[in-house]
Amino acid sequence: MIKTRLLNFYLKSPLILASGILGLTASSMKRVIEFGAGAVTSKSFNKDWRTGHKNPSIVPFEHGMLNAVGLSNPGLDEMIKEIQLYKEECDTPIIASIFGRSIEEFGEVTRRTCEAEPDMIEVNISCPNVHSEFGQPFGDSCPDTAKIVQIVKEHAGNIPVAIKLGPHGPGIGVIAKVCEENGADAITAINTVGPGMLIDIDVQRPVLSNLTGGISGPAILPVAVKSVYEVYKNVKIPIIGTGGVTKPSDAIQMILAGSTAIGVGTAVYYEGIEVFRKLNEGIEKYLLEKGYKSIEQIRGAAHE
Amino acid sequence: MSMPIVLKVSAIRKDSKNVKTYVFQHDLRAKPGQFVMVWMPGVDEVPMSIGWQTNTEFHISIADVGECTHAIHEQIKVGDRLGIRGPYGTSFEFADYDYIIGVGGGCGTPPILNLVQQAVKAGKKVTVIQGARSKDYLLFKDLFNELGIPDLKCTTDDGSEGTKGVSTDILKEMLEKLDKSKKTCVYTCGPEIMMVKVAQLCEEYGVDCQVSLERYMKCGFGICGQCCMDDSGIRLCKDGPVISGKLALQHPEFGKYHRDQAGVVIK
Ligand SMILES: Cc1cc2nc3c(=O)[nH]c(=O)nc-3n(C[C@H](O)[C@H](O)[C@H](O)COP(=O)(O)OP(=O)(O)OC[C@H]3O[C@@H](n4cnc5c(N)ncnc54)[C@H](O)[C@@H]3O)c2cc1C
Ligand SMILES: Cc1cc2nc3c(=O)[nH]c(=O)nc-3n(C[C@H](O)[C@H](O)[C@H](O)COP(=O)(O)O)c2cc1C
Ligand code: FES
Repeated sequence: MIKTRLLNFYLKSPLILASGILGLTASSMKRVIEFGAGAVTSKSFNKDWRTGHKNPSIVPFEHGMLNAVGLSNPGLDEMIKEIQLYKEECDTPIIASIFGRSIEEFGEVTRRTCEAEPDMIEVNISCPNVHSEFGQPFGDSCPDTAKIVQIVKEHAGNIPVAIKLGPHGPGIGVIAKVCEENGADAITAINTVGPGMLIDIDVQRPVLSNLTGGISGPAILPVAVKSVYEVYKNVKIPIIGTGGVTKPSDAIQMILAGSTAIGVGTAVYYEGIEVFRKLNEGIEKYLLEKGYKSIEQIRGAAHE
Repeated sequence: MSMPIVLKVSAIRKDSKNVKTYVFQHDLRAKPGQFVMVWMPGVDEVPMSIGWQTNTEFHISIADVGECTHAIHEQIKVGDRLGIRGPYGTSFEFADYDYIIGVGGGCGTPPILNLVQQAVKAGKKVTVIQGARSKDYLLFKDLFNELGIPDLKCTTDDGSEGTKGVSTDILKEMLEKLDKSKKTCVYTCGPEIMMVKVAQLCEEYGVDCQVSLERYMKCGFGICGQCCMDDSGIRLCKDGPVISGKLALQHPEFGKYHRDQAGVVIK
């Protein structure tokens, strides 16, 4: 009943593990599938390995979480191996999340990533916690976004491409339209919000080693729902609605706003990996109680 | 919720050539084998096991091995403060056993001390085997004595104290002579090569075993995926650090490789 079609493949559940959560190794992603996710997204990777920011790099607060992991990753070669390993042992779809420090690097990483034959490539142009190193995210600029979508599409062959956007910049609806016009196959919305800061009142300094970090979890749900609503109004391509989904009602809001699939990340902290099973059950219960036969019937219903 | 709590160091013990123990007046209520994230503001935050623990204080014992641990050794004095998050992770379970054998190596000894402290309180029979490079690296003799562990065995690589050799030699002898009528479990924390040997010996002799493993940690609460083990994908910060020896042996990376801060495999 909760089976969902996303582009050219079917998901047994609309829930997708969001990038950066339990996505570093094939074993870890396979385990998340066992808990009921319909697909997984790898940790974002680029050409060379990165150690990321020092700890503390992830801190929960009362209504969410602040992170500045700093796009640490073992690099293209190791991640390709992990994705291949995953594909050998698991037939549930996997999305490879990639990024680059330059527009050219996006192209090169895409080309090499295709070797691993992921079911989709997600392009992270919206990470808010590498400012000091990368400057403003590419996704805040329409011309940069257009160039990245073009170069990635050029190298991706027949593998579909999702662009991951943040709620910032010139307006997520506008940027999503740029992505669609330049050939993107899907939109993932949203990345973390902010950046924000938390200060320890005893030490009297910011808790994160990077000082600032992106906000995720329940606190950002309304921003995410509004972003998906906005994107749905502006484009025809499917949306992976992500941000703050913790309870079944959150996931249903995402669908009503226009999501085809739903990204889940920080909720693993609040509910454990079991969150995927709990959300699946909750969505199914809602559909049954309201007399619907499929998710399609309520997708974007909030717009009517 | 999980912001660090900032605690004053109330005392510092010099426990060996490279290990200092930091004492905090705080009722942490950790279970044996659990760990905390220790934050040295401006430097880093690193995982550390909990050693000696009472209702009013707890100890962490830190080996000076790198940037953060060195900064703590050099800069933190009595009265200074460190941030603490946790306790996190699984613990050594001993309720079902009559006889507890702890095998500690180097700075893997603190969680064994904590376990033994709780097990003695619960009236269990206890033996501790501690292995170290030399006499200067053996830890907590006074604290083990305070607990009245009559059966405290040491091994040193150079024979400067206790038996010359490694702790697993003694464990093997003990397992050979083990009274099978007593429900026994072997608990170990230390260099991974030693833990592999301990787990294998326990398999060979049909004795239960629990190991406490280390991997690079970022969040400490199970979301970043930095500490996952191949092939099961379990997270050592949440589904570990303590797992059964049997389960550990099913992991191809156990004793063979781990991943660094970037996630790169290190053999
Ligand atoms: C569950 C657990 C319990 C531990 N208990 C103790 C203990 O009781 N006493 C003790 O002295 N040590 C303990 N360690 C090891 C301790 O965390 C490292 O020695 C410490 O992090 C080194 O930091 P550094 O900056 O000084 O070293 P670095 O120069 O950064 O590196 C030295 C070594 O420490 C490791 N390390 C660095 N940061 C981390 C991290 N965030 N997570 C895991 N490993 C890291 C590195 O991989 C490297 O092998 C424990 C580790 C874990 C995972
Ligand atoms: C610890 C952590 C690491 C993250 N790393 C990445 C990443 O590497 N790439 C990316 O596109 N998004 C990353 N994100 C963002 C998430 O994928 C997601 O978009 C965001 O957290 C909102 O969803 P959530 O509230 O369900 O977590 C990360 C989030 C967290 C909390
Ligand atoms: S340290 Fe983050 S999942 Fe274990």
